[in-house]
Parts: sequence; C-alpha cells; structure tokens
Amino acid sequence: MKTLAELQAIKDKMKDKVVLREGFGEKRIVVGMATCGIAAGARPVLNAFVEGINNAGLAGQVSVTQTGCIGICQYEPVVEVFEAGKEKVTYVQMTAEKAAKVIEQHIKNGKVVSEYTYGAK
Amino acid sequence: MKELSLNILDITENSVKAGATLTKILLEETDDKLTVIIADNGCGMSEETVKRVTDPFYTTRTTRKVGLGIPFYKLSAEQTGGSFKIESKYEKEYPLEHGTVVTAVYNKNHIDFTPLGDIVATITTLIQGHPDTDFLFRHTKSGKTAELDTRQLREVLGEEVSLSEYEVIKWIEEFLKEQYINP
Repeated sequence: MKTLAELQAIKDKMKDKVVLREGFGEKRIVVGMATCGIAAGARPVLNAFVEGINNAGLAGQVSVTQTGCIGICQYEPVVEVFEAGKEKVTYVQMTAEKAAKVIEQHIKNGKVVSEYTYGAK
Repeated sequence: MKELSLNILDITENSVKAGATLTKILLEETDDKLTVIIADNGCGMSEETVKRVTDPFYTTRTTRKVGLGIPFYKLSAEQTGGSFKIESKYEKEYPLEHGTVVTAVYNKNHIDFTPLGDIVATITTLIQGHPDTDFLFRHTKSGKTAELDTRQLREVLGEEVSLSEYEVIKWIEEFLKEQYINP
C-alpha cells in the first residue's frame, strides 16, 4: 500500500535534487491540452513525454508542461519544443510512439524529427 | 471524446483557468446512474455568461471562434437521457464565496453512455499541469470510495517539493490505482 510516509521519503530524497536544478528549463516541451488537444489524444502524449523524459534521466534539464489551444486544432495533438537560442519546433498529430522518437532523436541528440513537424504537413 | 474522463479533464481545466485554488471532482455511482460534480472556488460567471457557455459559438479563447468543451460535455450526459446543470456565483456579486459547480448525470445503461475510461490518468494529468492548485477527487461506487486530496499531500511535501515531480505523480497514480483494486 502507498502511504503518506512513503511520500515523506520521496520528499526527503527530492530536497537534495532540487538544489541541483539551477539550469532547469533549458529545454521545454509544451503539450496542447485544450478541448481540441484532449479530444485528439493529448493525454497519452503528455504522459509519454513525462515518463520518457524521466526514464532518460533528463528530468533535471527538460521540463514538460501543458498549454491551451494554439489555433491549429486540426493538427492536434500538438507539441512544441522550446530551446534557448533556437527556433521553436512544432510537432503535430503526435502519438505516444512519436513522442518516444522525439525524445530519442531531438531531445537527447539535438536532431529535429522533421517528418513530424508542422512544416512537413 | 472517447472517454468521459477526457471530458472531465477538459471541464476541470476551466476551473483552473477561472483561478480556482481548490477544485473538487466528485463521482457518485450507483448500478444505473453516474453523477459527476465538478465544483471550484474560481471567479465564477455572471448569469448572462452561464446562459451562453453551452452555446458552441461562445468561447473565451482568442485563437478560434468556437468553444466545444462544455457543449460536448453537456451532450455526453443528455445523450444518455441524463441531465446537465451549471450553477455559478460570480465573484463581482459574491466577493466572499464564489465559484462554479457543473453537475452531469448519466444513465449508465443507455447505449450512448461513454465509458468513464482512465480517470486516474485524468487526475495525474491535472496535477502534473497545475501543481500549485488543489484538487479533491472522490469516486464512490456501491459504498466503496477512492479518494485523493492534494492538500494532504502538500502538507507532507511542503513548499520545496512540487506536486508535479515525477516521483510524486507516480506515487499519486499508484495510490489511486490501489484504491480501485482494494477499495
């Protein structure tokens, strides 16, 4: 059974980590979670990014957040990747599988997965 | 929406946007009925706005001229022969006690009843996206209850650890799932 004592243990462990997060937000992954995004399947996409970023050990450098509608509802689920000093990359019609590839190629190795981008559609 | 839990996610986003510090998501289930109450202490709406929000051509968004969240949700209840209701207290008229309550009642045995789906994922998604606001989730079904109150978790975690931390989200997910397995 999950207990509040376990949560306390998580807190004690996290406290030290938080200090290390000076550079947090160097890369930001933003998932559109308005009605259009949710209806098109954004919830599993968001969870795939949260899970994938953590499993890749990147939780300290990459943040995963949610936003509203950005106006291209027909291309939802839409995911934007922001990186300091670089142009924003917009991925469209995303799935959990595509999210894994974006993490592997783009987030880890800096290579934009062009076939999933808005420009490719 | 393929799952009712996705409608619930969508409608609860409105509460967060209304500046709610606490949003309650209450599901009461019997053999043939499901009642979903989403109650927040956000800014509320004027009587005139409440009348307009079920109209698909009313929206607060600026990127498009349609807003389908509430119309979809209303439809999901009414298509089962159920009911839908919004009550709101606008903060300009009720400065001390304001907010919105959205109540949807479903006939579960109706052929057009959308399955609830992954409600645990909806709750974790809400908390991940809005770690600074509180949520109370309670799902009762034939005397059994699954419940989560982020205020309790916040008390344990204090200010230095966010509810959106991966480990915390995973804990919440497991905590809720366990309650469905061993209520």
